[in-house]
Amino acid sequence: MNSQLLSLAIWVPILGAVPVFLLGSERRCLVRWLALAVAVAGFLVTLPLYTGFDVQQGGMQFIEQLPWIPRFNIQYLLGVDGISMPLILLNSFITILVVLAGWEVIEKKQAQYLGAFLVMSGLMNGIFSALDGILFYVFFEASLIPMYIIIGVWGGPNRVYAAFKFFLYTLLGSLLMLVALIWLFLQSGGSFNILDWHELPIGMAPQILIFIAFLMSFAVKVPMWPVHTWLPDAHVEAPTGGSVILAAIALKLGAYGFLRFSLPIVPDASHYLAPMMITLSLIAVIYIGFVALVQTDMKKLVAYSSISHMGFVTLGFFIFNQIGIEGALVQMISHGFVSGAMFLCIGVMYDRMHSREIADYGGVANRMPKFAAFFLLFAMANSGLPATSGFVGEFMVILGAIKFNFWVGFAAATTLIVGAAYTLWMYKRVVFGDVANHHVAELTDINGRETLILTLLAACVLAMGLYPFPFTEVMHASVDNLLKHVAVSKL
Amino acid sequence: MKTLYLLIPLAPLFGAILAGLFGKFIGRAGSHVVTVLGVAISFVLSVIVWKDVQAGHTFNGSVYTWLETGGLTLEVGFLIDRLTVMMMLVVTFVSLMVHIYTIGYMADDPGYQRFFSYISLFTFSMLMLVMSNNFVQLFFGWEAVGLVSYLLIGFWYTRPTAIYANLKAFLVNRVGDFGFLLGIGLIAAYAGSLDYATVFAKRNELAAITETVTGWPLITAICICLFIGAMGKSAQVPLHVWLPDSMEGPTPISALIHAATMVTAGIFMVTRMSPLFELSDTALSFVLVIGSITALFMGFLGIIQNDIKRVVAYSTLSQLGYMTVALGVSAYSVAVFHLMTHAFFKALLFLGAGSVIMGCHHNQDIRYMGGLKKYMPITWITSLLGSLALIGFPFLSGFYSKDSIIEAVHASHIAGSGFAYFAVVAGVFITAFYSFRMYFLVFHGNERYDQAPPDPHHAAHDDAHHADAHDTSHAKGHDDHHEDHGGKPHESPWVVTLPLVLLAIPSVLIGFFTITPMLFGDWFGGAVVIDAVKHPAMAHMAKDFHGASAMAIHGMMTLPFFLAISGVALSWFFYIKRPDIPAAILKAAKPIHTLLENKYYFDKFNEVVFAAGARVIGHGLWKVGDQVLIDGVMVNGTARAVGWVASVVRLFQSGRVFQYAFGMIFGVFALLTLWFNRA
Repeated sequence: MNSQLLSLAIWVPILGAVPVFLLGSERRCLVRWLALAVAVAGFLVTLPLYTGFDVQQGGMQFIEQLPWIPRFNIQYLLGVDGISMPLILLNSFITILVVLAGWEVIEKKQAQYLGAFLVMSGLMNGIFSALDGILFYVFFEASLIPMYIIIGVWGGPNRVYAAFKFFLYTLLGSLLMLVALIWLFLQSGGSFNILDWHELPIGMAPQILIFIAFLMSFAVKVPMWPVHTWLPDAHVEAPTGGSVILAAIALKLGAYGFLRFSLPIVPDASHYLAPMMITLSLIAVIYIGFVALVQTDMKKLVAYSSISHMGFVTLGFFIFNQIGIEGALVQMISHGFVSGAMFLCIGVMYDRMHSREIADYGGVANRMPKFAAFFLLFAMANSGLPATSGFVGEFMVILGAIKFNFWVGFAAATTLIVGAAYTLWMYKRVVFGDVANHHVAELTDINGRETLILTLLAACVLAMGLYPFPFTEVMHASVDNLLKHVAVSKL
Repeated sequence: MKTLYLLIPLAPLFGAILAGLFGKFIGRAGSHVVTVLGVAISFVLSVIVWKDVQAGHTFNGSVYTWLETGGLTLEVGFLIDRLTVMMMLVVTFVSLMVHIYTIGYMADDPGYQRFFSYISLFTFSMLMLVMSNNFVQLFFGWEAVGLVSYLLIGFWYTRPTAIYANLKAFLVNRVGDFGFLLGIGLIAAYAGSLDYATVFAKRNELAAITETVTGWPLITAICICLFIGAMGKSAQVPLHVWLPDSMEGPTPISALIHAATMVTAGIFMVTRMSPLFELSDTALSFVLVIGSITALFMGFLGIIQNDIKRVVAYSTLSQLGYMTVALGVSAYSVAVFHLMTHAFFKALLFLGAGSVIMGCHHNQDIRYMGGLKKYMPITWITSLLGSLALIGFPFLSGFYSKDSIIEAVHASHIAGSGFAYFAVVAGVFITAFYSFRMYFLVFHGNERYDQAPPDPHHAAHDDAHHADAHDTSHAKGHDDHHEDHGGKPHESPWVVTLPLVLLAIPSVLIGFFTITPMLFGDWFGGAVVIDAVKHPAMAHMAKDFHGASAMAIHGMMTLPFFLAISGVALSWFFYIKRPDIPAAILKAAKPIHTLLENKYYFDKFNEVVFAAGARVIGHGLWKVGDQVLIDGVMVNGTARAVGWVASVVRLFQSGRVFQYAFGMIFGVFALLTLWFNRA
């Protein structure tokens, strides 16, 4: 089965970005439509990955294999399973929205802005489909560059600091991963094939070292407590599109790494260190929830809420049952929609008021009733209301956690209260009430383009909440495989 | 038949969508037509389904598979049995009445379409809740009614008190839902299914299990967790604090959501779970004690309220306590019976209160009413019937249900039943006293409607109204005749009085006609499970029951009847004969009054400990944890390095970073390829 679909998913947006760059920002209209066309094409080429996916098969599908650097046995090896395929679709879909979101508001260097997102999109598809360690590493590191530039060029006043903090945090984390990759290469007798590493027997001590090396890299990306402090800064400074990609996709890279590397390559260490991982996840859920409660900046609040929700993802992974892992995967996709939508909603207000401070708002519903309705839906999804996607993942992880240990489930379920508290308290102060000041009084409701973006996301949030079956159907076989694999000791 | 079942919740949903999304398009009349039609369809279909169920056709099946994971198959499906169909009738009937009433009550409100959309959405959610055949859909309905309640309490979203109340309601309910979800999680973990029938079939296995981590008896843990959910939704102490504040919402929803239907969801849920609760006496005692406390102590608070809606709200709390008490003594059918009679007479009382509020030009303070029977005859008569039903006057519906609760508690021997008996009997006196205090102050005595001081709240409201005169789409509030403020009261239009009359009929009659089949016949079939050996209260009552008429006649010779009569008499004496006495008592019993006025300090406690506490913790974790410990100590070195690198790298920036970046990505690929592949 040698299809080119994954290569298309990677290279269509990246190569499509070339003419976008070349056109330059003078021809704004043409540039936008071209970027949109590339983004849509990028999404369309990923659709056959879903329609042609064999749900019965837990292994890799759509495999592409070419020698890249034969001297070190490095290959251009791509493939997806039920874990990575939905993430590729999510990424390509969100890219369309991000291009639409940058339609009018980005005035400086728009061609570069849109192009950067297209490149980013291709690179992230590369991360999700790479099955060669070095290929993965190259995509993983390369994806830092466009994000770094997006924050650093189009960001807020403190953008350079935030961009460097983001860059260094993640770069330092991933250097240890490179060491681990090289060690695995040597240990496996010269293979960078991740699937070979899955079968590689490794002793307990090196397993733990490798787990920690991967942890350094992935925990920063997720981000897990206590290496999360770069995220609020990055979000606050990033332009709306950057925040959306960061929250919706970039955070998933770390979580994905745990499933592709840590769990299957070093299963014994994963089991051994699971209590630590669960503790860190619960700290993220609870501690960060309380921190979110007292934020005065909307973007920071949603950034902290993101960290808290990602705590559910890592929690789901390390309780080692099917409902937990699938719940975590569902949570990853749902969080892509919901946090993306939350940042877009804040962007909508920021574009009009140029403020993210909650205190500057009040009574937005009086002037923007349509917007208030959308924002409410996403706020409710963020609080995990049933019938929205936000509920499904949290519900599954909580069920899995209670099965694993009642108190772990108990701690995780507190998000029901805290999550609702910080989200709806913010909503109350921003949207409800009398018109707070003349800036709010001058607000205009969302236009057609904004309505389109928010409608698309609302449809996803509701569809996934009302009928999550098709989303989990594709995961079953792969998660099953993974769990069986992880249950076998490598010692 | 399945299509029919599906149509019952979907008809109001469809109405809600039309009125909500296309409200501008179809206009005000269009919105109330589609929503009333939707609910009317679901009421008529419910009657058809009820006939069908009476004929013995119950249904338990799925509509679609919602999710499949880790051995759990979660479906959206319906369980249509006798319990469900009774709830469907109550919900759709009261909802229909409220829809019609709203046409009159909200006639001048700019949010007319939005309001109809919300109440239809509520009807859909409530029907999904009661028709569910599994825990996930139950939880969906549970949270969805909570959402609509949130939206409706905050319907007038420019009022600070309304948006405070709706956030509070949502969060307090979330505390309950937290317990509820843990209960569901325990069931999923140990029964391996969330389908009612499957779980109930395994109930004896579950009863034998000890929860592994906590060491608790599993079934007790499950039942208490589930009941915590019911405590939130059905406003039991200490999670009752949201219900009085919910009166900030428009009156029709106080009747529909915060009296007749949503708040009884907890009672319904526990009844539905009777196969599980029957296995744990600990849980039942817990239920009983919580219910007794609510029934008694919330009644006291009703005595000192001056806002007409708050009096009714506290009486609702107290009556919910009665229902919970019935659950605690395993008299599930009695609880549901009271739920039904209460739905009618309490909806009637709330809608009557709304009619009074309209008649008095939006004055809600009963101290400035009086003598209204002359001006509002229909409202007067129907409210009197509702009040009599509430205090349990023989032959009226409330008599049958409340007396049955008292009897059931009397016959029960479960731990806590002694206190419960005292609470429900004392409660009868208190209920009669505060209900008729309100009744006399509103409808009898001197006319005081012209003595109302200018209400600051209303004045502010007025200002907003006039300031927005040029921009009417944003004016909130629903009366355009402020100039009449303090004018003569007037009877409400027919769309308001018709529902009052239609609700008064069952408030009077339904108890007499349904007590025999519901409590002592096979009305609920297999829907309610009672362990008759351990909990023989119902069996005892059946022995002493000799028909509805005999029960009413006997009822006139029992203690509760005398208590009710003396409550009415005392309130007449205090508020009609000698209005100076209450003031004297007030002076003499100042500390008690202060305690009651502050609602036993629950709100203060929650504000200081939970709300402020959470913010203090949040601030501490943020400022100390994140900023000092993590960023300051841990990342300090890195942060300095960032600064240093920044200063160096800045030198290399040429400004065209994009071409740069692009070049870098390709460069990495090209370099690696070339360099590693050389010879």
